[in-house]
Amino acid sequence: MMTEMRRVTAICNGTVVDHIPAGRALQVMQMLRINVGRSSPISLVMNVPSGKVGRKDVLKIEDRELTQKELDRLALIAPHASIAIIRNYGVAEKRQIQLGEELINVARCSFSNCITQNSREPLPHKLRVVSEEPLDVRCSYCGRTQNIDELAESIL
Amino acid sequence: MSDLITMDDLSNSEIVEILDTATRLLPVAKGEIYSPLLAGKVLGNLFFENSTRTRMSFESAMKRLGGEVINLSSIGSSVSKGETLYDTMQMVQGYSDIAVIRHPNQGAAQYSADAVDIPVLNAGDGAGNHPTQTILDLFTIRQSHGTLEDLNVVLVGDLRYGRTTHSLSHALVRFGAKLTLISPKGLRMPEEIVSDLTAAGGDVSESQDMAGAIPDADVIYMTRIQKERFPDEDEYIKVAGIYKMTASDLSAAKGSMIVMHPLPRVDEIDPSVDATKHAAYFEQAFNGVPTRMALLCRSLDVKVPKKVK
Repeated sequence: MMTEMRRVTAICNGTVVDHIPAGRALQVMQMLRINVGRSSPISLVMNVPSGKVGRKDVLKIEDRELTQKELDRLALIAPHASIAIIRNYGVAEKRQIQLGEELINVARCSFSNCITQNSREPLPHKLRVVSEEPLDVRCSYCGRTQNIDELAESIL
Repeated sequence: MSDLITMDDLSNSEIVEILDTATRLLPVAKGEIYSPLLAGKVLGNLFFENSTRTRMSFESAMKRLGGEVINLSSIGSSVSKGETLYDTMQMVQGYSDIAVIRHPNQGAAQYSADAVDIPVLNAGDGAGNHPTQTILDLFTIRQSHGTLEDLNVVLVGDLRYGRTTHSLSHALVRFGAKLTLISPKGLRMPEEIVSDLTAAGGDVSESQDMAGAIPDADVIYMTRIQKERFPDEDEYIKVAGIYKMTASDLSAAKGSMIVMHPLPRVDEIDPSVDATKHAAYFEQAFNGVPTRMALLCRSLDVKVPKKVK
């Protein structure tokens, strides 16, 4: 934590997402639908050394407390990230990401012949979690096993 | 209401129950007796891809049971004008009590089932599933061998793209079959399916030698090498005709062994096989009618009496 602290200052209020797998912070921002044009600061550090996971990314979003529902979207690309809700410079709450049984409208099935590739089809994109460890996620419609890196590219 | 999208939707005992119902419906399927169990019901037959046997046998099944059929093909309908599958299904739901769908996109059947309240039967979605074919295949196997348990089944040909062999092998493994997969190198059963079969406790082996597998087989399931799947005709020519069964190849076979094929065939089964006691593929094609009758009744919650009159 100290290495990272030297790079980015502590925030007063907001959310810190720590232990993001190195290189994934931009995808995490995209998954959380964080508007880069917002008025409050966003701090992002990438590839910093970490005792726990080798290298990691860290994201600090000021003046916004992410909800559990929003955070659960991260289960696909940063299942072991640690989250702290900060109020008045202190950790007010810690939250864990929970991988549900079904991920609805989180990412699009990556199989080119899946019915959901037609962007005009209105039903939600659904992915079923078959196993958490190792992570096995399949499209609820076509049944194809998803490549997690490809899924990260097709976040909605 | 019950959909049938993949074989996972059915337990082994439900499969056996469907086969039993189909057996009771055989005289109706043959036109020997008329039993209007589905009178007043309308089937929406939605074929977004070509089909001969599946479409016709569903239509025959519905009509032999006194029901009506309305057809949609993608050519000349609003599908060709860019209508979404969701919208098409809303319309179909208004016009019919049950829908059968074949579609080039994988997942289309589950998607349709999610889009409407009427039952949906999957008649083939891309290279995905084709469970009603599996039911008629199982019916044919049980008809010949009296059981589905512990049979030695050899699948031959295009095991990569052939959706019938994917659904069938999953079902057979659940009944303890020993599977031998015979295909040219480029058309092997997809690895994820082989690993699923093995994980389910299946005794599965792979080979390229059809002749060697004949003596021990209870069932040889031939498939067509599908020309339309090859981007390059030279590649097709290399493997086309690699497995060609003739009547003389079957001299080493068990007397009870049956040869099956989802049809259409090209040249993988020589017409000389037709006259042997092993040929089961035309009976298999007919079996689409009683099995689809049983599936239509099941999904429409219509009880088939113990004695069909």
